Amino acid sequence: MEDESRNSIATMPVLMKQGAEAKLYKSTFYGKPCIIKERFTKCYRHPSLDKSLTTHRIKSEVRALLRCRMNGICTPTVYFTNMENSSIYMEEIEDAQTVREYIQHVQANENSDTANNILKPLGVKVGEILGIMHSNNIVHGDLTTSNMLLRGNPAGLDVVIIDFGLSHFENFAEEKGVDLYVLERAILSTHPNTEDFFQTILDSYKKYNLKSSVEVVAKLDEVRLRGRKRTMVG
Amino acid sequence: MGRLITGAENPTVLYVSGGNTQVIAYLQKRYRIFGETIDIAVGNCLDRFARVLKLSNDPSPGYNIEQLAKKGKKYLELPYTVKGMDVSFSGLLSFIEEKAPQVLKTGEYTPEDLCFSLQETVFSMLIEITERAMAHCGSQEVLIVGGVGCNKRLQEMMEIMAKERGAKLFATDERFCIDNGAMIAQAGWEMFKSGQITPFEETFCTQRFVWFFLKILFPNF
Repeated sequence: MEDESRNSIATMPVLMKQGAEAKLYKSTFYGKPCIIKERFTKCYRHPSLDKSLTTHRIKSEVRALLRCRMNGICTPTVYFTNMENSSIYMEEIEDAQTVREYIQHVQANENSDTANNILKPLGVKVGEILGIMHSNNIVHGDLTTSNMLLRGNPAGLDVVIIDFGLSHFENFAEEKGVDLYVLERAILSTHPNTEDFFQTILDSYKKYNLKSSVEVVAKLDEVRLRGRKRTMVG
Repeated sequence: MGRLITGAENPTVLYVSGGNTQVIAYLQKRYRIFGETIDIAVGNCLDRFARVLKLSNDPSPGYNIEQLAKKGKKYLELPYTVKGMDVSFSGLLSFIEEKAPQVLKTGEYTPEDLCFSLQETVFSMLIEITERAMAHCGSQEVLIVGGVGCNKRLQEMMEIMAKERGAKLFATDERFCIDNGAMIAQAGWEMFKSGQITPFEETFCTQRFVWFFLKILFPNF
């Protein structure tokens, strides 16, 4: 049954990438290029936990993708969701690279001051997007430079946000502060010398999330001090 | 220390104990934290739940939870909090602290079921962030260290995850997981071998020394 319905509307999917918890296939949906994101069973976890997490994450992802678009943030269009095989069919973002690849490319080819200058407009754009997301209570949950795509010419700053599986819809400064903290950690541990880049994001974020940015940034400072043992030598 | 005992080359490390919960990998001459708890450590969460059930501290609360969990069957769904590569246990702990007396009273769940559910949930969170870090760094080795690393169920779950990714798991046993003296001696030996020598007159103690401050010059790196 499944294969028939798939074949009638889509071409044979080709495995493109396997992440930690989903496989990405390339296919077409009624003639449009599409990506199928299929979440697979994790055998290490209890079956009922696995099922509830998978269902929950598909729902969150589809909802957030849609909600972002309603607020003018670029995300892939959702074409179809199949809960039976835990798959989301969505628009393929063509001619795109991840922000991670772009930063690495810039840093490899320029000295660090020039690289910082080139990356500045991107930081402003990312801050704007996060500001709009948070002022609409969309918390991404897994912000990294791999989950942001840059479509077409990088100078066009056409940023598309993806991978909303851990997202939720909430109006707590705590959640938003942690969201920024996750991004800060992801940026600093993946890309050396990007403290300025993150600060640019944060400055721009404050302008686009006027309502709650003061509270959120205060939470960010608080979260930074939690968990990890601070250095107390000397 | 973990590398000495297990022979792992350059693993992603899950460091889980009463005071720490971190996912660590080696990048650009230092160990870097990729994920960690944003509130309490996993061992702390287990110990405090053991207190709710009034379990003995002999030999350790975590060990007693592990033994009870083996007999648990019924799974109670608990809050599951993963944020990027970070985890949080405090909400889960509050939830189960409040819920446990109720469901035990009604006989809906046994203490064994609750230990089982708690372990399954917190360990799944740990495995998930470890797997994310491995995917992020392209690592094919994983090592569990720290007191909670003695837990056989955690090792078993990690083994399944590693197998699914085509990666290799290294784990130490309780002789090394909890012996800080041996770990410090080992670090000293490695520093001596790589030429980092401190004259005895300048040698002092600080309890507050933090490992991620160290620049690692050991051979093989």
